[in-house]
Amino acid sequence: MDLLYKIFLDPFVQMGSAPDLLVQTLWEGLVSGVLYALIALGFVLIFKASGVFNFAQGIMVVFAALTLVGLHAMLRHWGVSSGTAAAYLALALTVAVMFGLAFAIERLVLRPLVNQPDIILFMATFGMTYFLIGLGELVFGGEPKLMITDDLHLPRGAIDVKMLGGFVSFQKIDIAAAVIASIMVAVLAVFFQKTRIGRALRAVADSHKAALSVGISLEQIWVVVWFAAGIVALVTGIMWGARSNVSFALEVVALKALPVLILGGFTSIPGAIVGGVIIGVGEKLGEFYWGPLLGSGIESWLAYVIALLFLLFRPQGLFGESIIERI
Amino acid sequence: MFYRETGQFKTTYQADQAVFPIRQDRIGIVIILALAFAGVPLLASEFAISSFFIPVLVFSLAAIGLNLLTGYTGLLSLGTGAFMGVGAYGCYKLATWFPGVNILILILASGFISAAVGVVFGLPSLRIKGFYLAVATLAAQFFLSWCFVRVPWLVNYNISGAIEVPTRTLFGIPVTGPNATATTRYLVTLSIVVLMTWLASNLVRGRIGRMWMAVRDMDLAAELIGIRLYRTKLLSFAVSSYYCGVAGAMMAFLWFGSSEAETFSINQSFFILFMVIIGGLGSLIGSFLGAIFISGTPIMLKAVPPLFGLSMHAATVEHLTSMILGALIIFFLIVEPHGLARLWQIGKQKLRVWPFPY
Repeated sequence: MDLLYKIFLDPFVQMGSAPDLLVQTLWEGLVSGVLYALIALGFVLIFKASGVFNFAQGIMVVFAALTLVGLHAMLRHWGVSSGTAAAYLALALTVAVMFGLAFAIERLVLRPLVNQPDIILFMATFGMTYFLIGLGELVFGGEPKLMITDDLHLPRGAIDVKMLGGFVSFQKIDIAAAVIASIMVAVLAVFFQKTRIGRALRAVADSHKAALSVGISLEQIWVVVWFAAGIVALVTGIMWGARSNVSFALEVVALKALPVLILGGFTSIPGAIVGGVIIGVGEKLGEFYWGPLLGSGIESWLAYVIALLFLLFRPQGLFGESIIERI
Repeated sequence: MFYRETGQFKTTYQADQAVFPIRQDRIGIVIILALAFAGVPLLASEFAISSFFIPVLVFSLAAIGLNLLTGYTGLLSLGTGAFMGVGAYGCYKLATWFPGVNILILILASGFISAAVGVVFGLPSLRIKGFYLAVATLAAQFFLSWCFVRVPWLVNYNISGAIEVPTRTLFGIPVTGPNATATTRYLVTLSIVVLMTWLASNLVRGRIGRMWMAVRDMDLAAELIGIRLYRTKLLSFAVSSYYCGVAGAMMAFLWFGSSEAETFSINQSFFILFMVIIGGLGSLIGSFLGAIFISGTPIMLKAVPPLFGLSMHAATVEHLTSMILGALIIFFLIVEPHGLARLWQIGKQKLRVWPFPY
C-alpha cells in the first residue's frame, strides 16, 4: 500500500506543491529531447533515402564536434590570431570534412555494398563507427575538450524567470539550441518540399527502382543525404558540446536516439521531433520524481522501456508507415 | 585429390545423417580436437592460453548463442552482453548458495537463469521485428546493466561491486579462483564448449533448427505451414540466452576470475555481433572463425609494430587498432558478405575438385 502510494500519488503531490521545479524539469527534458531528436533526425534522413540503419550517426556527431574543436586549436596554433576568425574558418573546414566523409562513405562503403541485406549495411556502419572513433582520437587526441562557445558567439549564462512562486532558470545556450533546431527542421522541410534535389530524395525514399528509372542518380542522392546528415550532426555536436565536454563519452548518450527512433518511426521527420521530446521529458520526469524509489540512474534505461511499451501497441512507431507484408 | 567423398558408400540412414558424413572431415575434426585438448596445453605458454585461447572459446560459445538467435531464427539482438552478465551473476549467486555442488553443474545451471530472463525480454519479438526488435533488446541490455551496478545483492554486498570468484575444486584440483592454473581452466572451458557445440549442431540439424530457419526465411509462411511462431521464437530466445549465459558464467569464473558490471556492457554485445556477422550468419563454424578473428586481430595489431622496430605510444596503438578493426569489418563485408564461413566452404569446394579446375 505504501509502495503504491509512493508510485501513484507522491510524485504528483510533489509536482503540485512545487510547480517551479516541475517547469524546470520539463524544460530540461525538452532541451535534452531536442538534442536526441536532432541525432534521430540525421538518422531518419539516411534511413529514408538509402534504407541504411546508420548506427554511426551518434559518432558522426562527436566526430564533427571534435573536428571543429581540433581544427580551431590547430588554426590558433598556426598563427590565426583572432579566435572568432579561427572559429568560423574551422567551421567552414569542418563542413568540408563532413562533405569529404559523405563522399568517402558513398564511394568506399555504400557503393560496393549495394543490394546487400539490411543487416550487412548495418554492420558496415558499425565498422564506420569504430573507424571514426579511432581516426578522431588519433588526429585530435582522446581527452575531453571544451567547445569553443565564445569564439562562435554562442550565448552563455542563464535567464532566471520568476514564475509560479519560484525561479526557473533557462540556460541561454539551451534556448539557442531549441531555436536553431527549429530553424534547421524548417530548412530541411523546405528543402524536401520545394527543391529539385529534395524531390529527388523523396522519390528515392519511395522506391529506389522507380527513382532510377526516371533518371535520378542514386550515387549523387546518397552523397547529398549523408552530407545533410553530417551537417545535422555538426549542429548537434556544437549544441551538445556547449552543454558538456566534447569527447567520445557522448557515444553512450547518442544511443538514446534509438528509442526516439522507434517511438517516432524510422521514416518520419516529425516523428523524430515528437519522439525526442516525449523521450526527453519522460526520462527527466521519471528520473526526478520516480527515480529515488528505485535508486538513481534509471535514466539509462527508462527511455528504452518507454519506447518498448509504445512499440507493443504500435509496432511501426507513432508516425511510421504501417508495415504491410505480402507472401 | 585427397579430400573427396568418392567411394564412401553409406548403407544405413544413421551413417548418412552423421554430423560428419565424409571420412576426411572426421579425421580432420579428430586432429583439431587432439590439438585443442593435448597440443595447446603442452605447447602454448600460460600467458597465451589465458589471453588468447580461453577468450576465443568463451567468445565462440557466446557467438554460437547469438547465431542461434540472429543467424538461424533471424531475430536481431543487441542484448547479448546483458544475457552473458545474467549467467555470470547467476552462477555467482548459485555458487554462494550451494558451496558444495560441483562447479561445472553450477555453470551449466546458471544458463537456465539467463534463459528465463531471455524469454521475458523476448516477449516483444512476437509483435515487432527487424531493427525495431534490435532496439527493443537494447532495453534489456541497459536495464540489466543498470541492475548489475545498482543491486548490491547480486554481488553479495561486496564493497567493490564486483564478483570475486571463490575457489572451487574438481577431483581435488582447483578449477576456479586465484589458485587455478590457466591450463586447468582452459581444459574445463574447452570441454564445455565442445559439448555445447555438439548439442547445437544437432539442434540446428533437427526439427527445431528447421523450424527456426523457416521462421527466419519468412515468418508468415512458416506460420501457414503450421509452425507456432510464439513458441519457436521464444524457444530460440531461451536457447540463445542459455548459451550466452553459460558463456558469461565461464567468462567470469574460468577466464577473468572476477567480474564487474562494465564487462557486460553494450560494447560486449556489439563485439559478439561482429563475431557472428564476420564469421557468417547461420553457421556454427563461422562463430568460431569470427571469435578467432575478432579477438585475435587486436592482439596481432599490438604484436606487429614492435616486430618492425616501431615503438608507438600505447594510446596511438589503441586508436589505430580501433581504426583498423573498423576498416577490416567493412572490408570483409564488401569482399564476403556471407562471412568467413563462406570462405571456408569455398575452400572446401576448391579442395574437392583439386587438382582439376572443374
